[in-house]
Amino acid sequence: MLDSKGGGKPLAGLLRRKTLLLDLLAVAIPVIGFSFGLNFYSNELLLVYMMVYVALAHGINISYGFTGYLPFGYFGFFGAGAYGATLAILDLHVPALLGMLFGGVAGVLVGLLLLPLFRLRGAYFAIATLAAGEAVADIVANPSLQSITNGPYGENLASVYSSGQIYVAALVFMALALLAVVLVKNSRFGLSLRAIKESEYSAAMAGVNVVQLRSLAWVIAAAIAGVGGAIFGWATTVFYPSAVFDSAISVFAIVFALFGGTGSVWGPTLGTVLLYGLYSAVGLSSPQYFQLIYGLAIVGLILFAPRGLVGFGRAAVRRLSLRRAGANG
Amino acid sequence: MLVEYSIVAGVLLGLFYALMAMGLNLVFGVQRIINLAHGDMVMLGGFGAWELYYGYHLNPVVAIVVMIPITVAVGFGLYYLLIPRLKSAVDFETLSLVLFFGVSQVVEALAALGFGNNERSLPVSSIPSHPVNFLGQPYPADWWVAAGVALPLLAIFFLYLYRTRLGRETRAVMADEHEAVSVGIDAARVSAISFGVGLALAAAAGVLAVFVFGGVDPSEGVGITITAFAIIVFGSLGSPLGTVVGSILFGVAYQLAQVYTPSWSNLVPYVLVIGTMLLRPQGLFGRRTRIA
Repeated sequence: MLDSKGGGKPLAGLLRRKTLLLDLLAVAIPVIGFSFGLNFYSNELLLVYMMVYVALAHGINISYGFTGYLPFGYFGFFGAGAYGATLAILDLHVPALLGMLFGGVAGVLVGLLLLPLFRLRGAYFAIATLAAGEAVADIVANPSLQSITNGPYGENLASVYSSGQIYVAALVFMALALLAVVLVKNSRFGLSLRAIKESEYSAAMAGVNVVQLRSLAWVIAAAIAGVGGAIFGWATTVFYPSAVFDSAISVFAIVFALFGGTGSVWGPTLGTVLLYGLYSAVGLSSPQYFQLIYGLAIVGLILFAPRGLVGFGRAAVRRLSLRRAGANG
Repeated sequence: MLVEYSIVAGVLLGLFYALMAMGLNLVFGVQRIINLAHGDMVMLGGFGAWELYYGYHLNPVVAIVVMIPITVAVGFGLYYLLIPRLKSAVDFETLSLVLFFGVSQVVEALAALGFGNNERSLPVSSIPSHPVNFLGQPYPADWWVAAGVALPLLAIFFLYLYRTRLGRETRAVMADEHEAVSVGIDAARVSAISFGVGLALAAAAGVLAVFVFGGVDPSEGVGITITAFAIIVFGSLGSPLGTVVGSILFGVAYQLAQVYTPSWSNLVPYVLVIGTMLLRPQGLFGRRTRIA
């Protein structure tokens, strides 16, 4: 960093290439890890759920980490995706894999519907999306719509169940979500998003099309949630609306992302693997203890390390290298 | 007949909703914090009443009186434990939202561990239970009790806010914290007390909620928080009178929806909050409040 004055552009380019390489490793390592996942851990369904949550945490990463908008109602897209895919598979008879894309489309449609909420900021936006998510859930689960969505009685995808296809679909989906984050992070688009997050006004002054770019990030996050919900529904096979429109899904994705650290490629992945791993160890048998642990984790995190694990690690590295530099100088 | 019934029922329940939402609005007005754990405080109030009834044979209405000083003290302590560390953060509003979201998870988990996951209810005999007729139609007695308890509590709250020195200081901090400090008001102390008062209002509403909602269970917090938030946004953030009027209108709207389209009535709070935010972000009574 010290000789960056003399180095000028080539050094900056090198640094950028180095971070890009590191970011790509953050895609490759989880993907390789999960493709051998079944050798380490035999519960296939849990691994599929974990991959879905990695992707969801990165959806939160794109929405909150890069643009600063915290969607508490993220589960609305997720549930819409599960239902979009299921209806496409059962009523339009599309193949299950293609159905996953319909899930993404359903997520995007709900996302577009909610675009007016961007008139709101901060906490208002967060709570408005929560209300919107609950509203979508109430509409889908409404007994009056039983002829279309089967109302509160849920859906059954047993006819298209295929464990191998589901695992591969989840793996590819996670890889795409991770790649999307890398692309966003290392592009002009990502830079503009961060400029918007810092100051919407200055970004607009500098020629950034605030509305368009923010909406694009939102749509990407919604598509991730939609496909995630579709794969979740496919893997779960029989689900009730309350299972896919569960505010706990937003909670998990947000906590995983914040715990790992938003704005990075490693953070949300690490957060999900650690916390969801913990969840499958203690959470399934006694969910209250898990809820207690992650509740305390959030409180501790906000009060003591608001930048998450990755931020915490970075600060530690910086302190170490400063000390070393001090010792050498 | 149905319209009349909905309006009377809406007003009765509206007073209860006002009690339920007022604490959230007070805490928001003073500290610009949306207390996502508010609904969980309501839930704890309900469990408190249950424990006091079965442990000490305490009438639920008396339980409210017992709980108020305790919850004020708890809120006072909780404020100093959580908020001062956060005040310096850049993104205070969103961080405090996430923080209280964590608190809400902790409270919900502890309640589930301590009280179990099942819904608990209090016997109707603990309060007058004979339906009360009004304008020729019967209304459940617990609605009258809820409104009858909420009204004096709200009156006391308004007296505190508008007729005492502490209330005047609280309103000064609500209007502008820096100026309040510059004229010698201890803003931290005022905020801590108002946080305690907010909790006390929530807990009091929680006792009544056991009857109005037919029971109390550890996971009811989120729904209550959203409904309370919908009401205070509708009635204007930071305006106590707006919360009362907003609650009554919400109560009537909800009752009308229940009578005419029961299966869609649960959408009322969501439509209300989103509609208000998009069409009239400052709410019914909003003049000086900031635009979201």
